[in-house]
Amino acid sequence: MAAIQIMATLPALPDGWSAEKDFKAVGKLSQPTNRALEAVGHHYLAHARRRRHKRTFSEDEKIQAQENVKKVEKDDDDDIDDNEDPMLLQREAKDWKTQDHYAILGLQKYRWRASEDQIKRAHRKKVLKHHPDKKAAAGEEENDQFFKCIQRATDILLDPVKRRQYDSVDEAAEREPPSKKDVQKKPGNFYKLWRPVFESEGRFSKKQPVPQLGDDNSTKEHVEEFYNFWYAFDSWRSFEYLDEDVPDDNESRDQKRHVERKNNNARKKRKNEDVQRLRKLVDDALAQDERIKKFRQEGNKEKNKKRLEKEAAEKAAKEEAQRKKEEEEKAAAEKAAAEKSAKEDSKKAKEAAKNAAKKNKRVIRGAAKDGNYFTDGEASPGQIDGALNDTDALITKLDNEEIAALTAKLQGKTDKAAIKTVFQEEVKRLVEAGKAKDGEFKTLA
Amino acid sequence: MSGDNTGSNSPEPIENGPKRNAIGISFGNSYSSIAYTNAVDGKAEVIADPDGDRQIPSILSYVGGEEFTGAQAKAQIPRNPRNTIAHVRDYLGKSFKEIDPSPCQAVAHPVEHDGGKTVAFVVQEKVSEEEGGPQPEKSTLTVQEVSTRLLRRLRSSASDYLGRDVNAAVITVPSDFSDAQKSALKASAEKAGIEVLQFISEPISALLAFDAKIQQSGEGQPSQQDKIVVVGDLGGTRSDVSVVASRNGVYTTLATAHDYELGGVTLDKVLIEYAAKEFLKKNKNKDPRENERSLAKLTLEAEAVKKALSLGASASFSIESLIDGIDFSLSVNRTRFELLGSKVFASFTRLIEGAVQKADLDVLDIDEIVLSGGTSHTPKIASNLQSHFPESTVVIAPSTTPSAVNPSELAARGAAIQASLISEFETQDIVENTEAVVTVTPHLPHAIGLVTGDDQFSVIVPPETPVPVRRTAQIAVKDGGDVLIKLAEGVREIKVTQEEKPATNGKKDDDDDEDDEDDEDDEPEEIRSKVWKANKPLAEAAIKGVKKGGKVEVQINVAADLSVTVVAREVGGKGGVRGTIEAGAVQQNGSAA
Ligand SMILES: Nc1ncnc2c1ncn2[C@@H]1O[C@H](COP(=O)(O)OP(=O)(O)OP(=O)(O)O)[C@@H](O)[C@H]1O
Ligand SMILES: [Mg+2]
Repeated sequence: MAAIQIMATLPALPDGWSAEKDFKAVGKLSQPTNRALEAVGHHYLAHARRRRHKRTFSEDEKIQAQENVKKVEKDDDDDIDDNEDPMLLQREAKDWKTQDHYAILGLQKYRWRASEDQIKRAHRKKVLKHHPDKKAAAGEEENDQFFKCIQRATDILLDPVKRRQYDSVDEAAEREPPSKKDVQKKPGNFYKLWRPVFESEGRFSKKQPVPQLGDDNSTKEHVEEFYNFWYAFDSWRSFEYLDEDVPDDNESRDQKRHVERKNNNARKKRKNEDVQRLRKLVDDALAQDERIKKFRQEGNKEKNKKRLEKEAAEKAAKEEAQRKKEEEEKAAAEKAAAEKSAKEDSKKAKEAAKNAAKKNKRVIRGAAKDGNYFTDGEASPGQIDGALNDTDALITKLDNEEIAALTAKLQGKTDKAAIKTVFQEEVKRLVEAGKAKDGEFKTLA
Repeated sequence: MSGDNTGSNSPEPIENGPKRNAIGISFGNSYSSIAYTNAVDGKAEVIADPDGDRQIPSILSYVGGEEFTGAQAKAQIPRNPRNTIAHVRDYLGKSFKEIDPSPCQAVAHPVEHDGGKTVAFVVQEKVSEEEGGPQPEKSTLTVQEVSTRLLRRLRSSASDYLGRDVNAAVITVPSDFSDAQKSALKASAEKAGIEVLQFISEPISALLAFDAKIQQSGEGQPSQQDKIVVVGDLGGTRSDVSVVASRNGVYTTLATAHDYELGGVTLDKVLIEYAAKEFLKKNKNKDPRENERSLAKLTLEAEAVKKALSLGASASFSIESLIDGIDFSLSVNRTRFELLGSKVFASFTRLIEGAVQKADLDVLDIDEIVLSGGTSHTPKIASNLQSHFPESTVVIAPSTTPSAVNPSELAARGAAIQASLISEFETQDIVENTEAVVTVTPHLPHAIGLVTGDDQFSVIVPPETPVPVRRTAQIAVKDGGDVLIKLAEGVREIKVTQEEKPATNGKKDDDDDEDDEDDEDDEPEEIRSKVWKANKPLAEAAIKGVKKGGKVEVQINVAADLSVTVVAREVGGKGGVRGTIEAGAVQQNGSAA
């Protein structure tokens, strides 16, 4: 089979797209529909051969296959009423103008809603039952009147133009508008009683579908659209079905013309009356429609609400300004307090540092003593003085942190030599950093 | 279907039994046709009866103890209506209660038989041996017997023509022919010495014949492998429509519609009414419709005039002694006929459109309308359809497509083709091939295709395709580079747009007060178009480094279990990407609601 040529562009591979072996499944096929193939042609025979290849089907499989298939031919005519009213069966074909064509075909439940297919099936069902040959076979008296009624009804209902003419005057399809009293009896009655009326009137609309009446929850737009539609109703309803018979060729031309004129006038008059009738009907519904009141009240409420909202907004703005001012003041005060406390904090910290330094200096001096004033034997008063002087001189060269560091190094050291080394290293560090001269500290040389 | 093995149906040969000589038979209520396939070129041809007719009236008439059939029997209707039997096919396998006797109004009326279980006709079949002697008793011929006699005649016509004893046939029947009807017809055929190899539906047979013709003439386009076809079988007393998904030569009927009161006879009545009224103008109170014989003559002539109007622009009634010795002649042109019959013509269009709706399809989904049955010759039916359906729908009828097969012959030809395909099979195989367990097949509810630039959807496998199926698609990659293959299920949507109207109607909204004047003209014209939309992603694949101006090929294989294997590669490139989409959970009852 030849490849299908697609005229389109493939999307570029998006950045970062990746999949194992460049393929990923992201979904599954929808459930299939079981349908029967037509068992014809060599392509089908190829299918059948593959399906049957080296296997026999069990009875179960055969039954399953039959049950699961989607049927395309169905012929249940249960929708068509089979029980004719005896009065109906008595009708004369010549009185067709007054016959209920839908009832004749057993479609009285459907009327203007009956589909063309339904009418055809109804016709067939009735023909099968009432054909004169059937009566003869049943030994009944030869009477084809009802059969002719069936033919006439079908003729009219299957002709779109004639059907509209008949539907226009089909009284049995008419729905009287409800009385105000009934509507008010119970909440919800408005919809229950008016809906079928609008549905029935809607059949005359050239524009289809016709908007729905809706319910309590309908939006204002919906309700407005609904009434706008009905006030601008574009109807195909016409009244020629009620025409007086125009006399045939035998009568005088004048007489014929006279009847025609009369018919024309009658049609116009009825049409006008119908437009008036519908307008009044819509007026009545509108007047009873609680939603209209609700929307008006909501409209008023809305207006009030807007005013209140505006006032509230102004008040809120004022309050907001006030609040802002207060907040700013408070913030300023807090800032000042914070600054003050920060100052105090730093003072405290400095003091603490000072104290710490004092303490550390004491430790360092103590260390000089513990280190035997950097001498090996018994220290002479001169040696002691020199060592303490050097220690003090060293301390003055150090800042608090260095003092703390030196203290840390001396911490826990008791050995004379070790202590001296620490001091010497510190001197060396200072010399290297250029903060002291070599040999400045004689006792620590 | 995956398209392999075509034309290689090496038949399982019959091991024993006599050799079959099989033909195709279209056995209509009004007309029958017989066809065979030529062993030389494999083409189907329709066989003429001894009168030279290829559309053989399905009528029997008993005159003076002699049996006539075909055109000769039909000619007997005015003179000998009660001993002429017509319109039996649809009565087969039905009880008297179930039949509509109307089509037999002008001939022998059907009567109850066997306690109402079947239908029969009572005719004077035999006459007295000696002149003036007492008439022997009338014969009661059951529908089944009448069918047997008609089929026997068809069989002998075919045997005479082919020079060999025809003993088997594929017979066409309406798509709604019940099992009871089929078994009655089968019994009738067998009694006439015809083994019924298979019953096939008339519209499907017509489609088979049409497609075979396209194939043979080489007109078939690759895009025509998958198409939605509406077949209208417009006969004499009934019209049947089938909406068919044709997927690579395999047909699935999606919906059917039937009208048992619409057909050529309805059009004949239009002409009868007209002719009768014209006659009445000159001959007051002599209504030819009120006299059975006059009506019968008028009916035969009306049919002839109607047929002539299918070809010519005008035709004439010419009847000797229509009533009380008065001759009648009247010329009718086609335009008048089309005007008089406009309502009937509209009914054909509505029936066909109704079938499309029943299939949940739109007129935009229809690729072809194939018209078959004698009434399809009528030009107005085809032209109405052509203007009602979009331009993309091809209407195939003699008046729109000069190369169209004669619609009166389509059904019989299709049956002949099928007969030639299966006549060598063993009976058991033929039977099994038509059983539900073999025919019932899962069909994809949605299309499978690619999501392409701008979020479009390009169909590779159309909806209503039976599985397993394989389809390959190619798509150009102009700029080359790395591309993404996005496989998805797609659905068809109908987009309705309003045609832009000239500015003069711009104020329309303001003038609510005078809508009485306001008619359809100033409604903006709706433009309907068909668009595909991806609705369910299935898989993604990357094809990297496609050459500038290169082409990518995507092959989709849907297995019987609904798992999908996808192979995508650059045409001419190496390797490619291959992946599988697992089957979804299998539902026991897969049939759609
Ligand atoms: N050239 C033609 N132009 C118009 N109508 C034609 C033409 N040829 C045949 N017909 C009409 O076609 C009808 C017969 O159609 P077809 O041969 O399909 O009959 P059928 O299938 O036996 O009919 P039925 O619906 O009664 O079973 C008749 O009404 C006949 O007048
Ligand atoms: Mg037919």
